[in-house]
Amino acid sequence: MLTANLQHLDKDYDVVVVGGGPAGMAAALGAKETGAEKVLIVDREKEAGGILLQCIHPGFGLQHFREELTGPEYAERYKQQVLDAGIHVATDTYVLDIDQDKQVKLLSGTDGVRLINTKAAVLSMGARERTRGAIRTPGHRPAGILTAGLAQKFVNLMGYLPGNKAVILGSGDIGLIMARRLTLEGVEVKGVFEIMPHANGLNRNIVQCLHDYDIPLHLSTTVVDLQGRDRLEKITVAPVDSHFQPDLSKSWDIDCDTLLLSIGLIPENELTRRLKIRLDPVTQGAVVNSQMETSKDGVFVCGNVVHIHDLVDFVSAESELTGRNAGLYVTDQQPPGDNIRLVPGENVRYCVPHTISSDRTHTVYMRASQPMEESILRLGDVYEKKLRYVVPAEMINLKVRPRFLQNFHGETLKVDILPVDNT
Amino acid sequence: MVYDVAIVGGGITGCAIARELTRYHLQVILLEKEAEVGFGVSKANSGIIHGGHHGKPNTLKGKLEWTGNQLWDTLHEELGFGFQRNGELTVALQEDQLPTLAELKWQGETKGVPGLELWEQEKLQKEEPHLSPDIIAGLYAPTTGVINPYEACFNLIENACLNGLELVTDCPVTGLSQDKDYWTIQTPKGEYASRFILNAAGLFADEIAKMAGVGDFTIRPRKGEEYLLDKRLQGYVKRVIFPCPTPVSKGILVIPTFDGTLMVGPTAEMIDDKHDLTTSSAGSSQVFNSVTQVVPGISARDCIAEFAGLRPVADGEDFIIGPTAKRGFFNVAGIQSPGLTAAPAIATLILDILHEEGLNLSPKDNFTPSIEKPIHFASLPTEAQMELAKRDSSYSHLICRCEFVTEGEILDAISRGARTLDGLKFRTRAGMGRCQGGFCSGRCMELLSQKLDIPVSEVTKRGGNSWIVRERDEVFSSDV
Ligand SMILES: Cc1cc2nc3c(=O)[nH]c(=O)nc-3n(C[C@H](O)[C@H](O)[C@H](O)COP(=O)(O)OP(=O)(O)OC[C@H]3O[C@@H](n4cnc5c(N)ncnc54)[C@H](O)[C@@H]3O)c2cc1C
Repeated sequence: MLTANLQHLDKDYDVVVVGGGPAGMAAALGAKETGAEKVLIVDREKEAGGILLQCIHPGFGLQHFREELTGPEYAERYKQQVLDAGIHVATDTYVLDIDQDKQVKLLSGTDGVRLINTKAAVLSMGARERTRGAIRTPGHRPAGILTAGLAQKFVNLMGYLPGNKAVILGSGDIGLIMARRLTLEGVEVKGVFEIMPHANGLNRNIVQCLHDYDIPLHLSTTVVDLQGRDRLEKITVAPVDSHFQPDLSKSWDIDCDTLLLSIGLIPENELTRRLKIRLDPVTQGAVVNSQMETSKDGVFVCGNVVHIHDLVDFVSAESELTGRNAGLYVTDQQPPGDNIRLVPGENVRYCVPHTISSDRTHTVYMRASQPMEESILRLGDVYEKKLRYVVPAEMINLKVRPRFLQNFHGETLKVDILPVDNT
Repeated sequence: MVYDVAIVGGGITGCAIARELTRYHLQVILLEKEAEVGFGVSKANSGIIHGGHHGKPNTLKGKLEWTGNQLWDTLHEELGFGFQRNGELTVALQEDQLPTLAELKWQGETKGVPGLELWEQEKLQKEEPHLSPDIIAGLYAPTTGVINPYEACFNLIENACLNGLELVTDCPVTGLSQDKDYWTIQTPKGEYASRFILNAAGLFADEIAKMAGVGDFTIRPRKGEEYLLDKRLQGYVKRVIFPCPTPVSKGILVIPTFDGTLMVGPTAEMIDDKHDLTTSSAGSSQVFNSVTQVVPGISARDCIAEFAGLRPVADGEDFIIGPTAKRGFFNVAGIQSPGLTAAPAIATLILDILHEEGLNLSPKDNFTPSIEKPIHFASLPTEAQMELAKRDSSYSHLICRCEFVTEGEILDAISRGARTLDGLKFRTRAGMGRCQGGFCSGRCMELLSQKLDIPVSEVTKRGGNSWIVRERDEVFSSDV
């Protein structure tokens, strides 16, 4: 358990990392590696590790550590390195504000309200779950309707069950994982309902969490009514057409006392907004350059606060790079700026980072808007690559090397995912 | 023992009356069926202290709207609930609506409402730049305010209890019988006896009246759906914005709530079921379609939560306040909109009536008009926050990240009477923000469990059968 390892906070830091999940820990380590001396990780929970701590299922680290770990195990690997590197960790501590001069206002369980100064900041606050309000499900508002992540916290961290008979709305990964978890705990999981014609979670979770336990997945179907005054008693579901309009004539009722919502994550950008940093309306995270630096000088971002990742392994890679750049920033070794802007084109929802430089190698993360069988990923007309099968649920990453861009002299590069026969 | 006065129902009406009665040498009891006071209509409304000019002067509601409006400043000073006179604009989109604005202004002025002004487009755009450019004129009323309605209930009742009120919650009145000198009240918690009974049971006032044998009216619910928007839109409009009213409705409003979130609503629909607090897609489209005509920058995508409230509408649409054919039994019923605004005036009125009917009102010397105001950590200046966190370390643990609520505030709320998650939410705002309790529910449940000495599985959302988690079955344990 990684809890606060210091008696009192210092007044000045080179790098303050906000959020001690996998992103924050990797960033702090990265910053140390490139020369930042005083690095502080701040986390609001009693223990660092972020959402990993409640993800007690395996499936983490296959890419990064080349072995299959649970969430807490994955976090543990990082914690040891953080401690060994002499990084300060303040848990049960909340960042209330960061001002334009990078003065950080903290509320610390041991130190009360404190003001500290930092040369660079890394924002890695992660994401929160979308709630019922975001989709405006009509009906009653009884107890028993909660996000899948809260249910996961009840079961895995507090040791309670959210109900007896559950339905899951949305096919995000946390929902799928919880379908299995609740089944194993003796809760009857009556089905997963997804409004889109395709699932939102990873394929391996559909297989391992639903198919293996005979839990039905209903695509193009949504919840249209909730009943029960004090506690949820019944829900009504209905299929939707291609415009997501429910066909009430085909609706049916399901008796259940619990509805878990797994309808997506929203990056937690309240601090980012306070700093007036430019945001991308699609990712709902900051606009970043290839060093993961935002529109505010010396403020870097990584992890789910920038864009939602489906695998923690990618978070770690992205965040280590972010931290390294923060370290270079405070030691005045920052590489020169970018010269090419990436523009999402056909079937590409977004690209992160938003700009790259033609003389370094970058990993560009992107998501498709629509599933597509055989397809081709194209970077303007300088580079193309065959992709076997793309789905919105699975992030695509592409290494862009200087040699691809040798003969490119423009300023913007369009990124497309096209069907094979179209090209 | 025989009480002097028993109040049935702890909504804003019952709470305001209870607090007034405890000024005098009287034994007063309030019986509330829910787990906490204010959990009926009084928590689910628009939270507006109406300006005083909307109600017709020849109705009881119209009169009490303006008298009530003027009583809130003193109450606010004494009891410290959220209240602010931020003013109101009733706006016209078309020429043919201008006479309605003029009429409203005249109606207000005859009642004595000060400061009403007609604003032209230019002034409107300057004062409220996010109003639609299609709006041609507006009637400004500085007397309108916004309030935290549940906080008003909690603080009124806390002060009443401080002055000797006996409060019994989870206590529905199930029967009434009249003896020679007093009434006997049946409840699942036992019988209570009282000389006077005040029926302030909101939606269920007709049922209580029937129990007393004077069921000569019915209460029908008129539903109103309201939609809360993300805090990002804080300050988008400063005043309460009303569309030009039609003969049937006040229309859909944009309400900058006291807490800084924008709220849009309410709808108005007569329904049959007094328990139907559902929201609907029809309601939501009505609200957002209507509101965007007035403030085009608002979108349904910004919605973080929604709720519905039921206005208790009596036959004839007016308030029913006063004695009945049964001696000692009084109605304070049909308190629909603007009941919140009118509540302090309703309390004064019913006390006058009780006095006329033989209740002796002899003032106490030791009446304490105020309560120790709850601390709102987030709004303190940094130095004061530092000071407080140093003095009491429970203020240095954050519980709700969206609204910045500390453990100290949660513990204080429990010591003041919060019994449920909703009670905590309405007192401290924990769980009211954009994550809707995803982060803080677990911690709030643990604190309720510790302080009330009940298992976590007995903590409820709002009392009754609204349990949140259950104990794990021992037989199922697994490694995944
Ligand atoms: C959508 C909406 C918006 C509104 N907006 C405004 C506004 O902006 N401004 C304004 O001034 N007014 C507004 N109103 C009106 C206002 O909310 C009500 O007039 C006011 O809250 C009524 O208070 P009450 O105490 O009479 O009723 P309630 O708050 O319903 O109180 C009645 C209490 O009696 C209890 N009770 C019932 N039966 C029993 C029993 N058998 N035994 C014991 N207890 C019992 C109930 O549990 C409840 O707590 C609005 C109403 C709605 C629905």
